Amino acid sequence: MTPPPVPSAPETTMSRRNFLSLGLGALGLVGLLQTGVMTVQFLGPRRVDGEFGGVVQAGLVESFPPGSVTEFPDGRFFLVRLADGGFLAVYRRCTHLGCAVSWQAAENRFACPCHGSYFDQEGDVENPPAPRALDTFAITITDGTVIVDTAEPRQRDAFDATQVVYPAGA
Amino acid sequence: MSWLSNAFDRLRFRARPPVDDRSRMRAVANNLILHLHPTRVPAPALRFTHTWGLGGISALLTVILVITGVLLMFRYDASVERAYASIQTLETVVPFGALLRNVHHWSANLLVITVLLHLVRVFLTGGFFRDRRGNWIFGLFLLLIVLAFNFTGYLLPWDQLAFWAITVGTGLLDYVPVVGVLVANFLLGGREVGQAALRNFYALHVAVLPVVLMLALSYHFWRVRKDGGVALPDQTGPIEKLTTIPHLVGIELGIALVTLTAVMLFAMLVPAPLEAMANPAHPPNPAKAAWYFLGVQELLLHMHPLAALTLSAIGLLGLAAVPFWDRDDSAIGIGGRSARGRKAAWLGVALSLLLTPLLVVIDEWWLDLPALLPGLPTLVSNGLIPLGLTLAGLAGIYWLIRLALRTRHNEALVGLFSFTMNALVVLTLIGIFFRGPNMALVWPW
Repeated sequence: MTPPPVPSAPETTMSRRNFLSLGLGALGLVGLLQTGVMTVQFLGPRRVDGEFGGVVQAGLVESFPPGSVTEFPDGRFFLVRLADGGFLAVYRRCTHLGCAVSWQAAENRFACPCHGSYFDQEGDVENPPAPRALDTFAITITDGTVIVDTAEPRQRDAFDATQVVYPAGA
Repeated sequence: MSWLSNAFDRLRFRARPPVDDRSRMRAVANNLILHLHPTRVPAPALRFTHTWGLGGISALLTVILVITGVLLMFRYDASVERAYASIQTLETVVPFGALLRNVHHWSANLLVITVLLHLVRVFLTGGFFRDRRGNWIFGLFLLLIVLAFNFTGYLLPWDQLAFWAITVGTGLLDYVPVVGVLVANFLLGGREVGQAALRNFYALHVAVLPVVLMLALSYHFWRVRKDGGVALPDQTGPIEKLTTIPHLVGIELGIALVTLTAVMLFAMLVPAPLEAMANPAHPPNPAKAAWYFLGVQELLLHMHPLAALTLSAIGLLGLAAVPFWDRDDSAIGIGGRSARGRKAAWLGVALSLLLTPLLVVIDEWWLDLPALLPGLPTLVSNGLIPLGLTLAGLAGIYWLIRLALRTRHNEALVGLFSFTMNALVVLTLIGIFFRGPNMALVWPW
């Protein structure tokens, strides 16, 4: 009587040794990735609360007359109130190479001393080499107070009316 | 006191120079530092005008920088409130503090020059053929490390010069597509140069980069030995070899003394610059990058930043590709490949002395591509087109030299290399001396 045929093991090319070393390698890779991510996070940008990068209470709507430009040095922005009463928070950083622009009231323009770019009151480029208009920050107006969130500057190619925030009832 | 005189005797005995060639060779092999050298060197490799000692000078400057840098660390505070004050204290209160800072500052600046000249020398004498190919490319990596050292060190005094040079320098990164802003924010630890940036740069400058440099430099030296030292022309007959002591070591000590004296004298006579404390609200006019980046900054005035960066990257890749570009290794060790190659080099220099300032002036005063081509986006009219024209111009220079002097490919490459390198020097000089307020062209006097 012949013994019943042993059910043959499923065909596989992977030995136990290979499987274990592959698993070990994969675990090592995961470990490396983890430490890599941890290192990058550890070294990554740090934010200080309450300073630039946070929310700035600019002040009451009435304290900014139409047509005025007010600098907020700690917030790194200029609060522009346009002639029609709308608000625009313009980031100080020149879009060319990152110098700080200053407001020249006599010429009614922002000027970057580093490489000679000029911008008008809305932040539009008047004179290159700056490639695009100055960045802006988000503005909310709550109970008559202008609040500027400096967390993320918004890039724009040029000024358009949708960027302006108007106080309620204006 | 016999132990003392014994110790003295031992020192004197060990300091006594070996008397015959055999013991001289053994002295080299048994010494930790001298062991970097072979025990005997080919006589032609010792000719000063073959190497100008530039690699050795760079190595010496690195040692000076490590020693003075470590000393400076004891007196420096990497915080925005105290960094500038600590430099002022160093300048005015600490005995020899100003001299120490001057030596560090000027050695670092000189190192940029000597490593660039070292690169030029190795290119011209064909030091990248055959086995030396790898070390040539690795040397370019070392050049980037030296530049990174200088760039990170530039911020540390926290004066106006430092603050705005780093602001403008990292502002360039924003134009690199996709990753540029991420990398800039990561380096600065935020969106603007501030406390996080100062701390990052300090850690890079005194810890990360020194370790990288130490490892990379060791590998560079080891490869030099493995590849047979200085590249020399192929010899037919037997080559005369001289013992390292005293022939090589004597020359090295001489060059080292001259370099040390020169650096010390310069540091005594010319103070390292220190302007007013950094003020993030008021950039100076003009705001310039560090001088070794002014060539690139000059390009920026003529084309879109992305085009200027691309051109610089192409230049660097071109240098890395040199061993694959010029495969005629029969010219190994011969300056400029041949007499005609040397002529091509001078022609390249002359052409770039003529053309580079001319093009700068034309573009500054007469040519305004974005205004001529109003329908196109500036990325094309001020980026793609100037970049294409520049590359076409370089190809034109290559063919001009090749046809005018009837050179072979490798000799024309020498001409192109000389043209490009000299153009970089001219652009840098324009950036340093001929750019005034609003980066307009001015006379320096």
